[in-house]
Amino acid sequence: MSKATGDARLPELLRSRRDVILDRWVDLVVAGVRGRITESELRTELSELYGLIERATGGEREAAGELRAALTEISRTRARQGFSPSETAVSVFSLKQAVLEQVGAIEDVAAYAEFAAFSSEIDDLGLVTFETYAAAREQVIADQTEQLLELSTPVVKLWDGILGVPLVGTLDSARAQVVMETLLERLVETGSQFAVIDITGVPAVDTEVAQHLLKTVMAARLMGTDCVISGIRPQIAQTIVALGIEFGDIPTKASLADALEWALERSGTRVVGGAGA
Amino acid sequence: MERVPILKIGQVLLVSIQVDLQDQTVLALQEDLADRIVRTGARGVIIDITAVDIVDSFIGRMFATIASMSRLMDAETVVVGMRPAVAITLVELGLSLGGVRTALDLEKGMRLLGAPLPTIGSGAVDGP
Repeated sequence: MSKATGDARLPELLRSRRDVILDRWVDLVVAGVRGRITESELRTELSELYGLIERATGGEREAAGELRAALTEISRTRARQGFSPSETAVSVFSLKQAVLEQVGAIEDVAAYAEFAAFSSEIDDLGLVTFETYAAAREQVIADQTEQLLELSTPVVKLWDGILGVPLVGTLDSARAQVVMETLLERLVETGSQFAVIDITGVPAVDTEVAQHLLKTVMAARLMGTDCVISGIRPQIAQTIVALGIEFGDIPTKASLADALEWALERSGTRVVGGAGA
Repeated sequence: MERVPILKIGQVLLVSIQVDLQDQTVLALQEDLADRIVRTGARGVIIDITAVDIVDSFIGRMFATIASMSRLMDAETVVVGMRPAVAITLVELGLSLGGVRTALDLEKGMRLLGAPLPTIGSGAVDGP
Protein backbone atom coordinates (compact mmCIF):
# COMPACT_ATOMS: atom_id res chain seq x y z
CA MET A 1 0.00 0.00 0.00
CA SER A 2 3.00 2.30 -0.14
CA LYS A 3 2.35 3.63 -3.62
CA ALA A 4 -1.26 4.46 -2.88
CA THR A 5 -1.72 8.19 -2.57
CA GLY A 6 -5.30 7.95 -1.48
CA ASP A 7 -7.27 8.15 -4.70
CA ALA A 8 -7.23 4.52 -5.71
CA ARG A 9 -8.48 2.78 -2.63
CA LEU A 10 -12.19 2.80 -3.07
CA PRO A 11 -12.26 1.63 -6.71
CA GLU A 12 -9.85 -1.10 -5.68
CA LEU A 13 -12.08 -2.05 -2.77
CA LEU A 14 -15.19 -2.09 -4.99
CA ARG A 15 -13.40 -4.42 -7.37
CA SER A 16 -11.78 -6.80 -4.93
CA ARG A 17 -14.79 -7.21 -2.65
CA ARG A 18 -17.36 -7.10 -5.39
CA ASP A 19 -19.23 -10.26 -4.39
CA VAL A 20 -19.36 -9.46 -0.69
CA ILE A 21 -20.63 -5.92 -1.24
CA LEU A 22 -23.11 -6.96 -3.91
CA ASP A 23 -24.50 -9.78 -1.73
CA ARG A 24 -24.91 -7.44 1.20
CA TRP A 25 -26.55 -4.78 -1.03
CA VAL A 26 -29.02 -7.27 -2.46
CA ASP A 27 -29.86 -8.48 1.08
CA LEU A 28 -30.50 -4.93 2.26
CA VAL A 29 -32.70 -4.08 -0.71
CA VAL A 30 -34.64 -7.35 -0.59
CA ALA A 31 -35.61 -6.55 3.00
CA GLY A 32 -36.95 -3.19 1.80
CA VAL A 33 -39.02 -4.33 -1.19
CA ARG A 34 -40.74 -7.10 0.76
CA GLY A 35 -41.22 -9.64 -1.98
CA ARG A 36 -42.59 -7.40 -4.71
CA ILE A 37 -39.57 -8.19 -6.87
CA THR A 38 -37.88 -11.59 -6.92
CA GLU A 39 -34.37 -11.75 -5.54
CA SER A 40 -32.85 -12.96 -8.81
CA GLU A 41 -34.48 -10.11 -10.72
CA LEU A 42 -33.14 -7.67 -8.17
CA ARG A 43 -29.69 -9.21 -8.32
CA THR A 44 -29.53 -8.77 -12.10
CA GLU A 45 -30.60 -5.15 -11.77
CA LEU A 46 -28.18 -4.36 -8.99
CA SER A 47 -25.19 -6.14 -10.54
CA GLU A 48 -25.68 -4.06 -13.64
CA LEU A 49 -25.81 -0.90 -11.53
CA TYR A 50 -22.84 -2.07 -9.50
CA GLY A 51 -20.77 -2.61 -12.62
CA LEU A 52 -21.56 0.90 -13.79
CA ILE A 53 -20.86 2.45 -10.38
CA GLU A 54 -17.55 0.60 -10.31
CA ARG A 55 -16.58 2.03 -13.68
CA ALA A 56 -17.82 5.52 -12.80
CA THR A 57 -15.84 5.52 -9.56
CA GLY A 58 -12.82 4.43 -11.56
CA GLY A 59 -13.13 7.68 -13.47
CA GLU A 60 -14.82 6.57 -16.70
CA ARG A 61 -16.88 9.49 -17.92
CA GLU A 62 -19.25 7.63 -20.18
CA ALA A 63 -20.02 5.15 -17.42
CA ALA A 64 -21.47 8.01 -15.38
CA GLY A 65 -23.92 8.79 -18.18
CA GLU A 66 -24.85 5.15 -18.62
CA LEU A 67 -25.33 4.85 -14.91
CA ARG A 68 -27.82 7.68 -14.86
CA ALA A 69 -29.70 6.22 -17.80
CA ALA A 70 -29.88 2.78 -16.17
CA LEU A 71 -31.03 4.30 -12.91
CA THR A 72 -33.67 6.37 -14.67
CA GLU A 73 -34.97 3.25 -16.37
CA ILE A 74 -35.14 1.33 -13.09
CA SER A 75 -36.95 4.06 -11.19
CA ARG A 76 -39.40 4.52 -14.04
CA THR A 77 -40.26 0.81 -13.90
CA ARG A 78 -40.55 0.99 -10.14
CA ALA A 79 -42.86 3.99 -10.35
CA ARG A 80 -45.20 2.05 -12.62
CA GLN A 81 -45.04 -0.99 -10.32
CA GLY A 82 -46.36 1.21 -7.53
CA PHE A 83 -43.24 1.58 -5.38
CA SER A 84 -43.01 4.73 -3.32
CA PRO A 85 -40.20 7.10 -4.33
CA SER A 86 -38.39 6.67 -1.02
CA GLU A 87 -38.35 2.88 -1.43
CA THR A 88 -36.56 3.27 -4.73
CA ALA A 89 -34.18 5.86 -3.33
CA VAL A 90 -33.44 3.76 -0.25
CA SER A 91 -32.44 0.80 -2.40
CA VAL A 92 -29.77 3.05 -3.91
CA PHE A 93 -28.73 4.46 -0.56
CA SER A 94 -28.29 1.03 1.00
CA LEU A 95 -25.22 0.56 -1.20
CA LYS A 96 -23.51 3.06 1.11
CA GLN A 97 -24.03 0.81 4.10
CA ALA A 98 -22.73 -2.22 2.23
CA VAL A 99 -19.60 -0.35 1.16
CA LEU A 100 -19.08 1.30 4.54
CA GLU A 101 -18.99 -2.08 6.24
CA GLN A 102 -16.16 -3.13 3.94
CA VAL A 103 -14.33 0.17 4.39
CA GLY A 104 -14.55 -0.43 8.13
CA ALA A 105 -13.20 -3.94 7.68
CA ILE A 106 -9.97 -2.85 5.93
CA GLU A 107 -9.30 -0.22 8.61
CA ASP A 108 -7.78 2.36 6.32
CA VAL A 109 -8.22 6.04 7.15
CA ALA A 110 -7.66 7.22 3.56
CA ALA A 111 -10.46 4.97 2.40
CA TYR A 112 -12.81 6.72 4.84
CA ALA A 113 -11.97 10.06 3.27
CA GLU A 114 -12.73 8.66 -0.17
CA PHE A 115 -15.91 7.16 1.14
CA ALA A 116 -17.20 10.64 1.99
CA ALA A 117 -16.93 11.67 -1.68
CA PHE A 118 -18.37 8.35 -2.81
CA SER A 119 -21.25 8.82 -0.42
CA SER A 120 -22.20 12.19 -1.86
CA GLU A 121 -22.15 10.71 -5.36
CA ILE A 122 -24.55 8.02 -4.24
CA ASP A 123 -26.75 10.74 -2.75
CA ASP A 124 -26.87 12.39 -6.17
CA LEU A 125 -27.90 9.08 -7.71
CA GLY A 126 -30.64 8.77 -5.11
CA LEU A 127 -31.92 12.18 -6.13
CA VAL A 128 -31.95 11.08 -9.76
CA THR A 129 -34.32 8.25 -8.86
CA PHE A 130 -36.54 10.72 -7.04
CA GLU A 131 -36.72 13.05 -9.98
CA THR A 132 -37.42 10.26 -12.42
CA TYR A 133 -40.10 8.95 -10.14
CA ALA A 134 -41.88 12.28 -10.08
CA ALA A 135 -41.56 12.64 -13.85
CA ALA A 136 -42.84 9.10 -14.46
CA ARG A 137 -45.87 9.67 -12.24
CA GLU A 138 -46.63 12.92 -13.99
CA GLN A 139 -46.45 11.10 -17.31
CA VAL A 140 -48.93 8.53 -16.01
CA ILE A 141 -51.30 11.32 -14.95
CA ALA A 142 -50.92 13.08 -18.29
CA ASP A 143 -51.68 9.84 -20.15
CA GLN A 144 -54.76 9.26 -18.04
CA THR A 145 -55.97 12.80 -18.62
CA GLU A 146 -55.67 12.26 -22.34
CA GLN A 147 -57.52 8.95 -22.16
CA LEU A 148 -60.26 10.60 -20.13
CA LEU A 149 -60.55 13.33 -22.74
CA GLU A 150 -61.05 10.76 -25.45
CA LEU A 151 -63.51 8.81 -23.33
CA SER A 152 -65.52 11.91 -22.61
CA THR A 153 -66.00 12.93 -26.23
CA PRO A 154 -67.81 10.15 -28.05
CA VAL A 155 -69.15 10.75 -31.53
CA VAL A 156 -71.99 8.35 -32.32
CA LYS A 157 -73.92 7.56 -35.45
CA LEU A 158 -77.60 8.33 -34.87
CA TRP A 159 -78.82 7.51 -38.34
CA ASP A 160 -77.44 7.06 -41.81
CA GLY A 161 -75.71 10.36 -42.48
CA ILE A 162 -76.45 11.81 -39.04
CA LEU A 163 -73.81 11.95 -36.31
CA GLY A 164 -74.51 12.70 -32.66
CA VAL A 165 -72.12 14.34 -30.20
CA PRO A 166 -73.46 13.98 -26.66
CA LEU A 167 -71.49 16.38 -24.48
CA VAL A 168 -71.39 15.76 -20.74
CA GLY A 169 -69.60 17.97 -18.25
CA THR A 170 -67.78 21.24 -18.49
CA LEU A 171 -66.46 22.18 -21.88
CA ASP A 172 -63.00 23.70 -21.52
CA SER A 173 -60.68 24.67 -24.35
CA ALA A 174 -58.79 21.36 -24.42
CA ARG A 175 -61.99 19.32 -24.52
CA ALA A 176 -63.62 21.60 -27.05
CA GLN A 177 -60.61 21.10 -29.30
CA VAL A 178 -60.86 17.30 -28.99
CA VAL A 179 -64.60 17.44 -29.66
CA MET A 180 -64.03 19.48 -32.79
CA GLU A 181 -61.27 17.25 -34.11
CA THR A 182 -63.10 13.98 -33.41
CA LEU A 183 -66.32 15.25 -34.93
CA LEU A 184 -64.64 16.52 -38.09
CA GLU A 185 -62.68 13.32 -38.55
CA ARG A 186 -65.77 11.18 -38.13
CA LEU A 187 -67.60 13.40 -40.64
CA VAL A 188 -64.98 12.57 -43.23
CA GLU A 189 -64.98 8.85 -42.34
CA THR A 190 -68.74 8.46 -42.45
CA GLY A 191 -69.57 11.09 -45.06
CA SER A 192 -72.34 12.40 -42.84
CA GLN A 193 -74.42 15.38 -43.90
CA PHE A 194 -75.73 16.25 -40.46
CA ALA A 195 -74.41 16.44 -36.94
CA VAL A 196 -76.39 16.88 -33.74
CA ILE A 197 -74.43 18.43 -30.88
CA ASP A 198 -76.32 17.64 -27.70
CA ILE A 199 -75.48 19.77 -24.66
CA THR A 200 -78.04 18.32 -22.25
CA GLY A 201 -75.19 17.19 -20.01
CA VAL A 202 -73.36 20.50 -20.00
CA PRO A 203 -74.11 22.13 -16.65
CA ALA A 204 -73.45 25.73 -17.68
CA VAL A 205 -72.96 27.61 -20.89
CA ASP A 206 -70.78 30.69 -20.74
CA THR A 207 -69.34 32.81 -23.52
CA GLU A 208 -66.29 30.57 -23.79
CA VAL A 209 -68.32 27.39 -24.24
CA ALA A 210 -70.56 29.14 -26.74
CA GLN A 211 -67.50 30.32 -28.65
CA HIS A 212 -66.19 26.75 -28.83
CA LEU A 213 -69.55 25.45 -30.05
CA LEU A 214 -69.73 28.14 -32.70
CA LYS A 215 -66.25 27.30 -33.95
CA THR A 216 -67.11 23.62 -34.19
CA VAL A 217 -70.28 24.35 -36.14
CA MET A 218 -68.42 26.73 -38.47
CA ALA A 219 -65.69 24.20 -39.18
CA ALA A 220 -68.28 21.49 -39.88
CA ARG A 221 -70.05 23.86 -42.27
CA LEU A 222 -66.84 24.48 -44.16
CA MET A 223 -66.70 20.76 -44.76
CA GLY A 224 -70.26 20.67 -46.00
CA THR A 225 -72.11 19.41 -42.95
CA ASP A 226 -75.04 21.05 -41.18
CA CYS A 227 -74.98 21.09 -37.39
CA VAL A 228 -77.84 21.48 -34.98
CA ILE A 229 -77.39 22.16 -31.28
CA SER A 230 -79.84 20.38 -29.01
CA GLY A 231 -80.49 20.03 -25.32
CA ILE A 232 -80.91 23.71 -24.50
CA ARG A 233 -82.55 23.56 -21.08
CA PRO A 234 -84.61 26.47 -19.71
CA GLN A 235 -81.86 27.73 -17.38
CA ILE A 236 -79.29 27.50 -20.15
CA ALA A 237 -81.56 29.39 -22.54
CA GLN A 238 -81.91 32.09 -19.88
CA THR A 239 -78.15 32.29 -19.36
CA ILE A 240 -77.50 32.48 -23.09
CA VAL A 241 -79.95 35.33 -23.50
CA ALA A 242 -78.69 37.10 -20.37
CA LEU A 243 -75.11 36.87 -21.62
CA GLY A 244 -76.16 38.15 -25.01
CA ILE A 245 -74.65 35.17 -26.83
CA GLU A 246 -75.67 35.06 -30.47
CA PHE A 247 -75.91 31.66 -32.12
CA GLY A 248 -76.60 33.29 -35.46
CA ASP A 249 -78.32 31.07 -37.97
CA ILE A 250 -77.33 27.82 -36.25
CA PRO A 251 -80.48 25.81 -35.61
CA THR A 252 -81.05 25.01 -31.93
CA LYS A 253 -83.54 22.54 -30.50
CA ALA A 254 -84.83 21.84 -27.02
CA SER A 255 -84.34 18.08 -27.11
CA LEU A 256 -82.23 15.52 -28.92
CA ALA A 257 -85.41 14.02 -30.36
CA ASP A 258 -86.38 17.32 -31.98
CA ALA A 259 -82.90 17.70 -33.43
CA LEU A 260 -82.95 14.16 -34.84
CA GLU A 261 -86.33 14.78 -36.38
CA TRP A 262 -85.06 18.00 -37.93
CA ALA A 263 -82.02 16.25 -39.39
CA LEU A 264 -84.08 13.32 -40.68
CA GLU A 265 -86.49 15.63 -42.42
CA ARG A 266 -83.71 17.67 -43.94
CA SER A 267 -82.04 14.53 -45.23
CA GLY A 268 -85.24 13.51 -46.97
CA THR A 269 -86.51 10.90 -44.52
CA ARG A 270 -90.12 11.53 -43.57
CA VAL A 271 -90.93 11.05 -39.91
CA VAL A 272 -94.46 9.74 -39.48
CA GLY A 273 -96.15 10.81 -36.24
CA GLY A 274 -93.21 12.86 -34.97
CA ALA A 275 -91.91 12.22 -31.47
CA GLY A 276 -93.46 14.38 -28.80
CA ALA A 277 -95.44 16.31 -31.40
CA MET B 1 -45.57 29.18 -63.18
CA GLU B 2 -47.84 26.22 -62.49
CA ARG B 3 -51.41 26.53 -63.67
CA VAL B 4 -54.27 24.61 -62.08
CA PRO B 5 -56.18 22.63 -64.72
CA ILE B 6 -59.89 23.30 -65.11
CA LEU B 7 -62.01 20.33 -66.23
CA LYS B 8 -65.48 20.49 -67.65
CA ILE B 9 -68.15 17.91 -66.77
CA GLY B 10 -71.45 18.77 -68.41
CA GLN B 11 -72.51 22.14 -67.12
CA VAL B 12 -70.01 22.11 -64.30
CA LEU B 13 -66.38 23.22 -64.17
CA LEU B 14 -64.16 21.16 -61.90
CA VAL B 15 -61.02 22.61 -60.36
CA SER B 16 -59.04 19.96 -58.53
CA ILE B 17 -56.19 21.50 -56.59
CA GLN B 18 -53.30 19.06 -56.36
CA VAL B 19 -50.35 21.38 -55.75
CA ASP B 20 -49.25 23.71 -53.00
CA LEU B 21 -50.93 26.95 -53.95
CA GLN B 22 -48.73 29.96 -54.48
CA ASP B 23 -50.35 33.37 -54.52
CA GLN B 24 -49.48 33.75 -58.22
CA THR B 25 -51.10 30.40 -59.05
CA VAL B 26 -54.26 31.47 -57.26
CA LEU B 27 -54.47 34.72 -59.21
CA ALA B 28 -53.94 32.89 -62.49
CA LEU B 29 -56.62 30.37 -61.53
CA GLN B 30 -59.14 33.14 -60.89
CA GLU B 31 -58.41 34.62 -64.30
CA ASP B 32 -58.60 31.28 -66.14
CA LEU B 33 -61.76 30.32 -64.36
CA ALA B 34 -63.59 33.56 -65.16
CA ASP B 35 -62.57 33.08 -68.76
CA ARG B 36 -63.79 29.48 -68.90
CA ILE B 37 -67.13 30.23 -67.24
CA VAL B 38 -67.93 32.78 -69.91
CA ARG B 39 -66.70 30.60 -72.78
CA THR B 40 -68.47 27.40 -71.70
CA GLY B 41 -71.53 28.94 -70.11
CA ALA B 42 -71.05 26.72 -67.08
CA ARG B 43 -73.70 26.79 -64.36
CA GLY B 44 -71.54 25.60 -61.54
CA VAL B 45 -67.96 25.50 -60.26
CA ILE B 46 -66.61 22.81 -57.99
CA ILE B 47 -63.31 23.41 -56.22
CA ASP B 48 -61.96 20.12 -54.92
CA ILE B 49 -59.44 20.65 -52.13
CA THR B 50 -59.17 17.06 -50.93
CA ALA B 51 -55.41 17.15 -51.49
CA VAL B 52 -54.85 20.49 -49.78
CA ASP B 53 -53.21 20.23 -46.36
CA ILE B 54 -52.21 23.82 -45.76
CA VAL B 55 -54.20 27.00 -46.22
CA ASP B 56 -53.56 30.61 -45.33
CA SER B 57 -55.85 33.58 -45.23
CA PHE B 58 -55.05 34.49 -48.83
CA ILE B 59 -56.24 31.14 -50.11
CA GLY B 60 -59.20 31.29 -47.75
CA ARG B 61 -60.25 34.56 -49.34
CA MET B 62 -59.74 33.06 -52.81
CA PHE B 63 -62.73 30.75 -52.31
CA ALA B 64 -64.94 33.71 -51.44
CA THR B 65 -63.60 35.74 -54.36
CA ILE B 66 -64.17 32.93 -56.86
CA ALA B 67 -67.67 32.39 -55.47
CA SER B 68 -68.77 36.02 -55.84
CA MET B 69 -67.08 36.25 -59.21
CA SER B 70 -68.86 33.20 -60.60
CA ARG B 71 -72.16 34.26 -59.09
CA LEU B 72 -71.94 37.39 -61.23
CA MET B 73 -71.68 35.09 -64.22
CA ASP B 74 -74.57 32.95 -62.95
CA ALA B 75 -72.55 29.97 -61.81
CA GLU B 76 -72.69 28.57 -58.32
CA THR B 77 -69.52 27.60 -56.44
CA VAL B 78 -69.15 24.56 -54.20
CA VAL B 79 -65.99 23.81 -52.24
CA VAL B 80 -65.65 20.06 -51.65
CA GLY B 81 -63.41 17.73 -49.69
CA MET B 82 -62.09 20.08 -47.05
CA ARG B 83 -59.87 18.29 -44.51
CA PRO B 84 -60.67 18.71 -40.80
CA ALA B 85 -57.33 20.43 -40.15
CA VAL B 86 -57.99 22.91 -42.94
CA ALA B 87 -61.49 23.64 -41.64
CA ILE B 88 -60.15 24.23 -38.14
CA THR B 89 -57.45 26.55 -39.48
CA LEU B 90 -59.93 28.62 -41.48
CA VAL B 91 -62.22 28.94 -38.46
CA GLU B 92 -59.29 29.99 -36.28
CA LEU B 93 -58.37 32.55 -38.93
CA GLY B 94 -61.90 33.87 -38.65
CA LEU B 95 -62.83 33.01 -42.25
CA SER B 96 -66.27 31.51 -42.53
CA LEU B 97 -66.43 31.68 -46.36
CA GLY B 98 -69.77 33.43 -46.51
CA GLY B 99 -71.51 32.78 -49.81
CA VAL B 100 -69.60 29.60 -50.56
CA ARG B 101 -71.44 26.32 -50.42
CA THR B 102 -69.59 23.27 -49.22
CA ALA B 103 -69.90 19.50 -49.54
CA LEU B 104 -68.05 16.58 -48.03
CA ASP B 105 -66.89 15.06 -51.29
CA LEU B 106 -67.02 15.54 -55.03
CA GLU B 107 -70.04 13.28 -55.47
CA LYS B 108 -72.12 15.23 -52.97
CA GLY B 109 -70.93 18.47 -54.53
CA MET B 110 -72.08 17.33 -57.98
CA ARG B 111 -75.46 16.39 -56.60
CA LEU B 112 -75.67 19.79 -54.97
CA LEU B 113 -75.20 21.46 -58.35
CA GLY B 114 -76.81 18.91 -60.63
CA ALA B 115 -80.28 18.26 -59.32
CA PRO B 116 -82.04 20.69 -57.05
CA LEU B 117 -81.92 18.62 -53.89
CA PRO B 118 -82.82 21.11 -51.19
CA THR B 119 -82.31 18.57 -48.45
CA ILE B 120 -78.62 18.07 -48.97
CA GLY B 121 -76.29 20.57 -47.41
CA SER B 122 -78.53 23.45 -48.37
CA GLY B 123 -78.86 26.35 -46.02
CA ALA B 124 -75.33 25.65 -44.88
CA VAL B 125 -74.31 29.16 -45.67
CA ASP B 126 -77.16 30.73 -47.54
CA GLY B 127 -80.33 29.29 -48.93
CA PRO B 128 -80.67 27.96 -52.48
